[in-house]
Amino acid sequence: MSSRENILSKIKQNQPELLPLPDLSVLGSEKYDLVEKFTEILEGIGGKVLQVSDIEEIKNYIISNYPINARVISTLPAFSDNRDWQTADPHSLKDAEFLIIKGQFAVAENGAIWLTESEIGQRVAPFITQYLAIIIEKSSILPTMHQAYEEIGSIDYGFGVFLAGPSKTADIEQSLVLGAHGARGLVVFLV
Amino acid sequence: MKTHSEAAEVFNKDFDRTTWHDQTLFMVRQKRDKAAFQIDDWELLRETASQIKNNVLSNMHNYLLQFEENASNNGIKIHWAADAKEHNEIVYGIISDYYRGEIPVDTFKGMVKSKSMLTEECHMNEFLAEKGIEVIDTDLGERIVQLAEEPPSHIVMPCIHWKKEEIGELFHKHLGTEKGNKDPQYLTEAARQHLRDKFLTRPIALTGVNFAVAETGEFVVCTNEGNADMGAHLADVHIASMGFEKIIPQKKHLGVFLRLLARSATGQPITTYSSHFKKPRDGQQMHIVIVDNGRSTQLGREDFRNSLKCIRCAACFNTCPVYRRSGGHSYHSAVAGPIGSILAPNLDMRANADLPFASTLCGSCSNVCPVKIDIHQQLYKWRQVLVQEGYTSMSKTLAMKGMSTVLSNPSVFKFSGKVGRMLMDKLPFLVNNNMNPWYKQREMPEPPEESFRDWYKKNKK
Amino acid sequence: MKVALFIPCYIDQFYPKVGIATLQLLEKMGCEVVFPQNQTCCGQPMANSGYEHITGDCTKLFQDNFDEYDYVVSPSGSCTLHVKEHIPLKGRIYELIEFITDILKVESLEGEFKHKVGLHQSCHGQRGLHLSQMSELNAPFFSKPEQLLKNLKGLDLITLDRKDECCGFGGTFCVAEEAVSVRMGQDRLGDHLKNGTEILTGGDTSCLMHLEGIIRREKHAMKVMHIAEILNQAIS
Repeated sequence: MSSRENILSKIKQNQPELLPLPDLSVLGSEKYDLVEKFTEILEGIGGKVLQVSDIEEIKNYIISNYPINARVISTLPAFSDNRDWQTADPHSLKDAEFLIIKGQFAVAENGAIWLTESEIGQRVAPFITQYLAIIIEKSSILPTMHQAYEEIGSIDYGFGVFLAGPSKTADIEQSLVLGAHGARGLVVFLV
Repeated sequence: MKTHSEAAEVFNKDFDRTTWHDQTLFMVRQKRDKAAFQIDDWELLRETASQIKNNVLSNMHNYLLQFEENASNNGIKIHWAADAKEHNEIVYGIISDYYRGEIPVDTFKGMVKSKSMLTEECHMNEFLAEKGIEVIDTDLGERIVQLAEEPPSHIVMPCIHWKKEEIGELFHKHLGTEKGNKDPQYLTEAARQHLRDKFLTRPIALTGVNFAVAETGEFVVCTNEGNADMGAHLADVHIASMGFEKIIPQKKHLGVFLRLLARSATGQPITTYSSHFKKPRDGQQMHIVIVDNGRSTQLGREDFRNSLKCIRCAACFNTCPVYRRSGGHSYHSAVAGPIGSILAPNLDMRANADLPFASTLCGSCSNVCPVKIDIHQQLYKWRQVLVQEGYTSMSKTLAMKGMSTVLSNPSVFKFSGKVGRMLMDKLPFLVNNNMNPWYKQREMPEPPEESFRDWYKKNKK
Repeated sequence: MKVALFIPCYIDQFYPKVGIATLQLLEKMGCEVVFPQNQTCCGQPMANSGYEHITGDCTKLFQDNFDEYDYVVSPSGSCTLHVKEHIPLKGRIYELIEFITDILKVESLEGEFKHKVGLHQSCHGQRGLHLSQMSELNAPFFSKPEQLLKNLKGLDLITLDRKDECCGFGGTFCVAEEAVSVRMGQDRLGDHLKNGTEILTGGDTSCLMHLEGIIRREKHAMKVMHIAEILNQAIS
């Protein structure tokens, strides 16, 4: 008998009698101002949140805050017409300084933003660039993870990520350092 | 190998360092409290998570089949490993197959790995090293202990026992950082550059698995650093190793576990990255190795099966007053702390017979556990099993039997109590010596003139 | 109300004053107190060491001594918990404090005790018997021992940095893991010393015996009293 059959038959023999799944509908009833909560939480974990009125404001912010000659990539036509990077060897993104994308939705309780391949263009993109900017529609902020998974529903994707803030570590004596391996900074533009 | 108490005694010789270790970990426990208490439904969330995991244990067989089918349809190759050795051989086989049976050892650059306690349990790095394959741990804490040639001492914070001065020295030696520079920011940046080069050059990436969803065949990996993603999305081959208990029924259940995991672990509202891997990217191979290694046996132990509910948050480590004052290495097991002490005896009773005794049974571990494992009750029950299976010394058994005889016989008890007090009173050196572990750092109680029962007889009867 | 007193073996032999205070306190509260003469021990030292299977004779003896009573009361959270979980009785066993608050329904006590008192919560009393809320849980605060102490005139109840950390006694743990046990005790005492405890109290003599052993070895000025002794003295 193969290991597969061995393991599965032993599990079948040893597992206890079937127990029911709990009801999840009682969870996630938290009430708070979604924009306020999202902002407070995300800033608490190292992200920067800016409320903006239009794309121009975002462009101006980027120009005045990031090196102009650095390599900026985006999946949004307003920021870049170049799409080649999305199908290029992921290693070729190693010199990309800045990625600007739009998030599907965000979660107030933990500052997380849901992204799939269609938003990020390349799986490695939001991790390999030095800095990251994400545009979020205020109306897309949900209270908790329970509503978040309802929102995702059965939509198909190959890869998806809840991203909450910049990359970080506290492995050296519990001192928080931003920029472990992923993006060193995250700015979220709320529109 | 030292027992837990022997290793803990060595650990405690450095008083100030023990203080530092205790306080650092207690601070993490306090962060956990703060995060948990911000959620009004926290206790309900724990109860819900516990019930989901109870359901998982009771329907494990079907969920695994469902997961296998869905993941396979998604283009992921599923492997099954009965034990550690088979796991390691499967991983080696995947690498070997990628190179059509001939790994170009001279030019092959090896593998990057994000945190996986399972590969620690399986001693995979050592196995692959013997075959000439270098495994680079990419979690900062894990890289530090790897450079120091040590195992992690904590499953979430692998180098929590290291001071920054020591890490500075280690990085100076291995990564060429400035001598004497101990700034965490500087050292982390050095590691970032060092490991970025590894991510960009390694063709194989291995990650652990936090949750595997039966309903969809996807799996979720949680990190703060982004190392799992940097590895997996750049590599040609992504291998994910999981103990079979990582299965959860449906995607919506992730909502419950992701709310609990990081808050319990570090007090963060969620880890920076909760990555959902469902299909390999174009041109990439994705493999999952599902490992048993004693878990199906544990599933059959009624008193101990619910240890398999563990989501590896390490909240029980941080709250454990014994762990904080003995360090992870004292537990001589890949998973230390209270949860490790109830998992390890299942793997090897003889080697781990000391661990269930490395606890005061204070119960704090069970209270912080996000999936409500009755850890301290299981520590108690393992003690019973280990004694009955003969894994304790004959002298202890004789002493216990003697105590039982005295205590179940009122007249003998009254007599020996008197003798005991008299001896302590008249001949204190018989008890107050360094052979008596109580007396090493504590005074004995001062024996009173008469026992309570003597007083009662005189005054009340 | 008639209550049978269970005085654990080490209290009988080493801390008779705790037994006497318990008895007097219950009498002051109007109980008729009896002490079944052939009692010894609940068997916990063996059971916690993995030898529950040889405690049958202890259990039998315990039942012979206490089965005829509706209320068994003991000044030890740890032993009470063991009896509750392992020895079936016709009546029920209560730890002294919970008996006073839950059965005698005492809301608060009138009396005087002019000292700075530090309360050591024993784990078995707190997490096992739920004598007070546990710091790990997101749940409303309550504390049965504090309920009885807080209204005593002159009593200043010390606030600790870590309000419910284990002292490290742990039964045979105190000798099997001597280094960690003592270190835990030292840290618990450090918290009390830092915050000004003059008299250390608690509901478990075993924890207090361990802490007192360290206090005396390290020659701290702190005094140790079982909570029964404080209450008995305060309301006299």
